[in-house]
Amino acid sequence: MKKNTRYYIALDPDTLYRFEDNTLYLTESLYLSQTTVFIRKVVKEVKDLKVRDLIINLSELQDIDSAGVMAVFHVKSRLHKLGVSVRFEGGSESVVRKLELFRPGQIRAELPPPRIGLLESIGNSVYAFFVHYVYEFILLAADVFYWSLADVFRPRSRRAGEITNQAVLIGVNAALIVMFMSFVIGLVLALQSSQQLRNFGANIFIVDLTVIAMMSQMGPLITAILVAGRSGSSIAAEIATMKVTSELDALKTMGLDPIRFVVIPKLYASLLTMPFLIILANVSGIIGGGVAAYFYLDITPEIFVNRMGDVMQNKDLITGFVKSQVYASLIVLTGSFYGFRVVRGAEGVGIVTTTAVVVAISLVIIADSMLGLIFY
Amino acid sequence: MEREKVIEVKNLMASFDGLRVLTDVSFTAYQGEVTVILGSSGCGKSTVLKHLLGLYPINMGYAQVLGQDITALTEKEQKELYLKMGVFYQNGALLNSMTVGENVALPLKQHSLLPDTLITEIVYMKLGLVNMQDAFHMYPSQLSGGMLKRAALARAIVMDPPILFCDEPGAGLDPISLQSLDELIVNLKEQLGMSVILVTHEVSSIMRVANRIVYLEQGRVAFEGSLKQALSSEISSVKQFFSVLYEGDDLRK
Repeated sequence: MKKNTRYYIALDPDTLYRFEDNTLYLTESLYLSQTTVFIRKVVKEVKDLKVRDLIINLSELQDIDSAGVMAVFHVKSRLHKLGVSVRFEGGSESVVRKLELFRPGQIRAELPPPRIGLLESIGNSVYAFFVHYVYEFILLAADVFYWSLADVFRPRSRRAGEITNQAVLIGVNAALIVMFMSFVIGLVLALQSSQQLRNFGANIFIVDLTVIAMMSQMGPLITAILVAGRSGSSIAAEIATMKVTSELDALKTMGLDPIRFVVIPKLYASLLTMPFLIILANVSGIIGGGVAAYFYLDITPEIFVNRMGDVMQNKDLITGFVKSQVYASLIVLTGSFYGFRVVRGAEGVGIVTTTAVVVAISLVIIADSMLGLIFY
Repeated sequence: MEREKVIEVKNLMASFDGLRVLTDVSFTAYQGEVTVILGSSGCGKSTVLKHLLGLYPINMGYAQVLGQDITALTEKEQKELYLKMGVFYQNGALLNSMTVGENVALPLKQHSLLPDTLITEIVYMKLGLVNMQDAFHMYPSQLSGGMLKRAALARAIVMDPPILFCDEPGAGLDPISLQSLDELIVNLKEQLGMSVILVTHEVSSIMRVANRIVYLEQGRVAFEGSLKQALSSEISSVKQFFSVLYEGDDLRK
């Protein structure tokens, strides 16, 4: 059986062609693997030989592939630019047919992108930000708000068990990591402050510091950041994948609203579980602070708990609850918003997932600052 | 004159999780022909193709592609063999993050030292062969199903492979797009002298493109021969498969 050697045996370039007077005879076969050497050597030799009128004779050429044809035309074009006229002669029927078939077409010139100035560029970006992001985010938020109210009154058409499933995924499964991280942060916070407090003989204020910091700021913020990273990404990826695989289109064509069907259960689940996660975070953080206070400042658990009763206020609980609802809404909305915006398949899913997490965390921190000012 | 074999499969067997998918597959495909591997769903067509493409290892049996025993290829040899094979996947499998032009240029950029201008010219020419030059700067997500398949075909033939594997190329296409794709495959075969291995169960497509038929049934070859022989075959499953054509005639009467 004839071996196929087209790509792997790079023939000696000297055997590919020979010059006789002003005629270039192509011999053997000209394939992809030989084209680079062929172009370089032929152009150089024509220049050295100072040929002004070159004939490329194809009669000894046995076979040629599309890259070979392109190389021959490429040589012709380069020599033409050097003022050398080139014409072809000879060639077997199959070689001539391939020359015709693979002849390079006229490549359409791309229109250069319009040059825009700095101010126009900034203006375009600001416009795009408000129209494509802020406006559409508000539209989605309005839709979600409508369906979150409408769905309350239509429990029969709700998917049974879906809110529970989502609550487990978003809330219950996140509980351990939220508790652990809060404990560590509470511990470190108290540990870092203990030295300073001891210098001033204000050991007991470690309780005030830990409780206020955890309840009003750190607890809700740590929880929100962890949930945004965990569930925000999963919401974005899930919705984006559903869009890429036309599942959202299928829902629409079945007369189901994708927001109601996909987003609302996640929103309810987040709104329900977030307050409990924040409570767990607060408790774990305070326990962490209590451990540090016991070992470094000799504050016993009894003293810690008694002092904690004086420090804690109802306002902190209300603040925590309000924050939990705001953060939960922001995380679900951001994840959904980017999920619905996916384009270009698998790569797009990765992009929107990353963006959703970054934007959700940023929004949570901005909201935290604003709520901090409001509840100060 | 003896015809040149491009594929030779002998006693190929395959099991997945204890389930025997291929019982005994033996067939031959010849140079310059369109060999259609057909059969009902689940008969093992795609499994045979994946074995030939080196995507599934061959543990039992023997297969030869372009004269090379693919049961004993080193990684390097397999890579070299891939350069001689064009593969046209069912869903096109174009990379969504790249334009059509970039997709088609990818094998050339990876496996040759050609200057970019020359690669662009080759890509334009190959897209021209499938009437897709206008889509050079478009992304796969902007293409219709038929356009996507034609672009995928351009990518599959960009290296002038001596053999082209097509996995259900007509799936999901309307009859007109399917016909134009079939004509394209036949033209490419004739113009480039390619051998084509086509996995399909589109009878209309088979009638247009096939030179040779390999009919699989329950993991074994039930029939192997020319299209003409297949149409007059007395094997009940083959007869039933092609009876769809005559049912169509009956309906028109």
